[in-house]
Amino acid sequence: MAASNTTTSNAVVTMDVFRYEPDASELPRMQRYTVPFREDWVVLDALNHIKDEIDGTLSFRWSCRMGVCGSCGMMVNGEPRLTCNSFLRDYYPNPIRVEPLSYFPVIRDLIINLDHFLDKLEEVKAWLIPAEDRELSEGEYRQSPAQLAQYKQFSMCINCMLCYAACPAYGHHSEFIGPAALALAQRYNMDSRDGASDERADVIFSEEGIWDCTFVGECARVCPKNVDPASAIQQAKVEATKDFFKSVLVPWGKRQQPAESR
Amino acid sequence: MPRHQPATPAKQHIRPMPVGWWLKRTSYFLFMMRELTCVFVGGYALFLLMLVARIGEPDAFAALLEHPGSLVFHVLALPFVLYHTITWFNVTPKALVIYRGEEKVNPVIIAGANYVGWIVVSVALIWIAWIAIGSA
Amino acid sequence: MELLTHDILIVGGGGAGLRAAIAIGEENPKLSVGVVSKVYPMRSHTVSAEGGAAAVIKPNDSIENHIYDTISGADWLADQDVVETFVNQAPEEMIQLEHWGCPWSREPDGSVAVRPFGGMKIERTWFAADKTGFHMLHALFQTALKYDNITRYDECFATKLLVHDGRCLGVTALELQTGQLLPIAGKAVILCTGGGGRIFPFTTNAAIKNGDGMALAYRAGVALKDMEFVQYHPTGLPGTGILITEASRGEGGILLNKDGRRYLQDYDLGEPFDVTSPEHPRKRTMELGPRDRLSQAFELERQKGLTLKGEYGDYVHLDVTHMGQKKINKKIPFVRELCRNYVGIDPVHEFIPVRPVIHYMMGGVHTNVDGETPMPGLYAAGECACGSLNGANRLGSNSLTELLVFGARAARAAVKYTESLGDFPQSELLAQAQDEQARIRERYFKPGDGKGKESIAAIRTAMNDTMEDGAGIYRTDESLRKTSEILRELKERAKNVELADHSLSFNTELTAALELEYMLDIAESLAHSALARTESRGSHQRTDHPQRDDDNFLKHSLAYQTDGDPRIEYLDVVITKWPPGERVYGSK
Ligand SMILES: Cc1cc2nc3c(=O)[nH]c(=O)nc-3n(C[C@H](O)[C@H](O)[C@H](O)COP(=O)(O)OP(=O)(O)OC[C@H]3O[C@@H](n4cnc5c(N)ncnc54)[C@H](O)[C@@H]3O)c2cc1C
Ligand code: SF4
Ligand code: FES
Repeated sequence: MAASNTTTSNAVVTMDVFRYEPDASELPRMQRYTVPFREDWVVLDALNHIKDEIDGTLSFRWSCRMGVCGSCGMMVNGEPRLTCNSFLRDYYPNPIRVEPLSYFPVIRDLIINLDHFLDKLEEVKAWLIPAEDRELSEGEYRQSPAQLAQYKQFSMCINCMLCYAACPAYGHHSEFIGPAALALAQRYNMDSRDGASDERADVIFSEEGIWDCTFVGECARVCPKNVDPASAIQQAKVEATKDFFKSVLVPWGKRQQPAESR
Repeated sequence: MPRHQPATPAKQHIRPMPVGWWLKRTSYFLFMMRELTCVFVGGYALFLLMLVARIGEPDAFAALLEHPGSLVFHVLALPFVLYHTITWFNVTPKALVIYRGEEKVNPVIIAGANYVGWIVVSVALIWIAWIAIGSA
Repeated sequence: MELLTHDILIVGGGGAGLRAAIAIGEENPKLSVGVVSKVYPMRSHTVSAEGGAAAVIKPNDSIENHIYDTISGADWLADQDVVETFVNQAPEEMIQLEHWGCPWSREPDGSVAVRPFGGMKIERTWFAADKTGFHMLHALFQTALKYDNITRYDECFATKLLVHDGRCLGVTALELQTGQLLPIAGKAVILCTGGGGRIFPFTTNAAIKNGDGMALAYRAGVALKDMEFVQYHPTGLPGTGILITEASRGEGGILLNKDGRRYLQDYDLGEPFDVTSPEHPRKRTMELGPRDRLSQAFELERQKGLTLKGEYGDYVHLDVTHMGQKKINKKIPFVRELCRNYVGIDPVHEFIPVRPVIHYMMGGVHTNVDGETPMPGLYAAGECACGSLNGANRLGSNSLTELLVFGARAARAAVKYTESLGDFPQSELLAQAQDEQARIRERYFKPGDGKGKESIAAIRTAMNDTMEDGAGIYRTDESLRKTSEILRELKERAKNVELADHSLSFNTELTAALELEYMLDIAESLAHSALARTESRGSHQRTDHPQRDDDNFLKHSLAYQTDGDPRIEYLDVVITKWPPGERVYGSK
C-alpha cells in the first residue's frame, strides 16, 4: 500500500509459466506472458491478471490471498514460495519463472497432486489422543502457557507443501512421510494433553519416517510459517534413539502397544 | 478418513529428479558433500578403534601414529571431520530445544555451548600433552 | 454414470461442515458420510478467521449477558429462542474443541484465556493468538481424519441439488481432477458452503466465497432469509481487503481520523479513556462498539472530509503502538506479519491504514434452530445458513462458535431424519444428473460462434461495482433500483460468456463461470430484499428511511427465486423475553 504510490505506469514484467494440459499434450511446455508491473502486486496477482485478461486456460489454486490457506505454493524462479506472499518488486525487472511445486505429480499447469500428504497425515495419527479421558462437564484440560509453547510452533503448519518441494529426500523417495506430516505428528507428541506418542512411534520411527531425513535443512528455510520441521524431525530422532537404547538395555521397559484406539 | 478416488485416474505428469540436482542449491551441494565424505568420519572412527586396541602396547601405538599412511590419512580426513563436526554442532539446537517458561533458549547459545566445550577440551588436551611431553 | 451413495452428504469442508461430519461419526459410526468440498477442507475460508470464538466460560460472565449482547447486537432481528439455544450450547462445543486439541491461548493457571470483543459486555472470546480460525479448522480436520465412516470428496464442485418428490437427495459435483460430473446421493444433505462476500469488490473474504450453497438452495425453491444484512468490518487493509482483526481493538487498539482524533466519540459510542487508563478498552463502547455502528461512523466521517486519502480510497488509522512489541507479538502476531508483508509497515511503531470492508453475510438459506430448511432432507449450517442468530448485525466472534453449535445440531437432526428413509430412487437421480451434465456441456463446451462473447472478469467487476455503489453501507430506493437493474443486465450478459478452456482436467475457467452464476443469483436476492425493507436496522441503513420500524419490519425477509425479480415474503421474528429496545453503546 504505502509503496504503491510508486507504481511505474508502463512497466511490464515477463512471466514464464509452466503449462501442462493433459487433454492436449503429454508434454509440458513453458509459456511466456507479459503483465503490467505494479509495486504492490504479488506473483498471484500477476497470475490472476493472466487468467482474467490474457489467457483463461491457465489453471492454478488460490484462495485466501493472505498466506494462511496454503493453496498457492509454486516454484518461483526455482524457489518454493507462497505466490500470494511473493512480490513482483523483488524480482523486477528480471523475468519470473513460475512452475508447479517440485517433486509432486502435476495434474494440470501449476496444480500438483498432494493426496499422498493427506494419507500420511492420517498414517501418523495427527490428532489428539488424550492421555486421560475427560468429560465435557469437567471443563477444559489444563495446559500452562509454557506447555502450550512446547508444541505451538509445530501447530502453525498450513500444509502448503513448500517443505516437500525443497526436500531432496522426498524427491528421491516419495514414500517418505516428509517434513510437514512429521512435524504435525511431533506437534501432538509434545502436547501435554496427548498420551499416544507410543502409538505413533512405529510409523514415525520407520524407514519412511524420520530415518529418511538426511538433514538437508531446506524445509526449515523455505517454511513460510517458521514451523521448523527439521527441528521436529531431529527431536524425534533423539526420542527414537532413546527408545532404541531403552529397548536394548531394559527390554522390559519396551514401549507398549496400546489397545486399538483409532 | 477415506478419500474418494476417481474411477479413471487423471493423467499426471511426473518430473524426474534432474541429474545435477545437487548442484542447483548450496545446501544440496553441502548435503551431497556430507554424504560423500562420511567415509572419512567412519575411517577416523576405525583408526581410533585401532589405537584403542594398542593401548597396552606403547610401541605399536606410536608406530601406528607415526606411519606415513596415517599422516596422509589425517591430513585428508581433518577438513572433512571438521566439516561434519561443525554440522553436528549446528544441528544440536534443532534436536535439543530448551524452554525457559514460554521462551525458547536461543539456539545460538546451545550451539555455542558445543563450541565452548570443544575449545575447553582441546585446550585441556594440549595442556596435558604439554605436561606429558615436559615430564618425559 | 454411477450413483455414489451415502446416508448423509455434507457440502462444504469448512468449520461447519467438518463439525457436522464429526458429529455424525460420534452419533452413529455406522452411517456413511460424504464430505464434498471444492477445495481441500483445510483450505476452507474458516482458516482465515483471526480474532476468536465467543462462549461463556468465566465466573464473571453469564448466559444472560451473552444472550442480551447477541440480541441487542442483532438490533432485535434475531430469533430469541435460537439465541438462547446457541448461547447455552456454546461453552460445551468450545470445550469439545479443546478436547480435540485446539491450542487455545491460556491463562497462567492453565485455563483457557478470553479477550474482549466488539459489542460484548464482558470478555468472553476464546482465542488462539490471532489465528483462531486456522487452529479451529486444522483441529477439526485432523480430528475428522480418524473417522472411517467419513469419505472426503476433495476438490469436487457442487453444481446442483438432486431433488425428488420434494425431498433433497444429493448433489451433482464436478470432480475437478478429471472433469467428470459425479452424482452423489445422500438421504439428507447439509449445506455448509460459507458466505458470499465476493459479490462485493472489497472484501475480507477468500476467493472461494461465492455463495454457492445459497444459490443452490435458492434455485431449488428454498428461501434466502435476511439477505439485505451484510456486515462491513470496520478495519480492513485498503487495496487487498485483508482483515485486521477486531482483537487488535479488543487488546487496546484505537481508531484515529486524519487529525489524530478518536472520532468514534462523535458518533454516540461513548467517551474515550486514555490508552494508559486501566479502564481502557471499555467494553461495548468506542472501539469496542458493534461493527455496523463503527463502519457507519467511518462513512459519516468520510463525508465530513476527516478521513485520509490513499490510492485505494479513503482510510483512517488504527493505532496499536502503545501495546508495545512484546504484547503485539504475543497477542496479535499475525496482524504484525500481515502489516509488514502487505502494507510494508510495522505496527509496533506505525499506524495501520484501515477502512470498512465487506466481511460477513448475516443472511442465508432459511433454517430453523436445527438447521432444517423448509425442504425435507435439506439442511444448512454455518455462514451459508440463516438460522436467525445474527439478525441485522452479527457480533464478532459469534460466527466461529455458530459453526460448531449449528454444525452439530444440523448433523444430529439429519441423523434422526434419515432413520426413516429407505432406498434411493436410483434411476430418477441418475436422470437428473445426466440432464445437469448435458446442461453444462451445452452451455460451456460447445464451440461458440464468437458472437457476443463476454468475459467472466468483466461481468464480475461490473457486479462488484454496482453492489458497492448501490447496496453498500448506506442505501436508498434509487441506488437499489439501479443496482437491481444492472444485475438483471449482467445476468443476461452472463449467458454469453464463452470459455477459452474446453478441457476436462482441472478447468478453473469453468468453475469461475459457475461461481459467477451463483454470485449473480445471490446478489439479486440481496438487492431486492434491501429494496423492500424500507427501514434502517443494524447493518441495513436506508438514508431515505433512517428509522427502525418495528411495526412493519420486526420481520425476517424471505427471498424466493422466480422467473423475473425475486418474490419477497416476511416471517415474524421470535421474541421471547427481550422486548425490542434501543441499542445503547457507551454512556447515554
Ligand atoms: C478474514 C475473516 C476473519 C474472520 N474472523 C472471525 C472471528 O475472529 N470470529 C468469528 O466468529 N468469525 C470470524 N469470521 C467469520 C467466520 O470465519 C466465517 O463465517 C466462517 O468461518 C464460515 O465457516 P463455514 O464453515 O460456514 O464456511 P467456510 O469455512 O467458508 O467453508 C465453506 C466450505 O464450502 C465448500 N464449498 C463452497 N462452495 C462449494 C461448492 N460449490 N461445491 C463444493 N464445496 C463448496 C468450500 O470448499 C469450503 O470447504 C471471519 C471471517 C473472515 C473473512
Ligand atoms: S511445515 Fe512449513 S513449509 Fe511445510 S507444509 Fe507446513 S507450513 Fe508449509
Ligand atoms: S492464497 Fe492462501 S496461502 Fe496463498
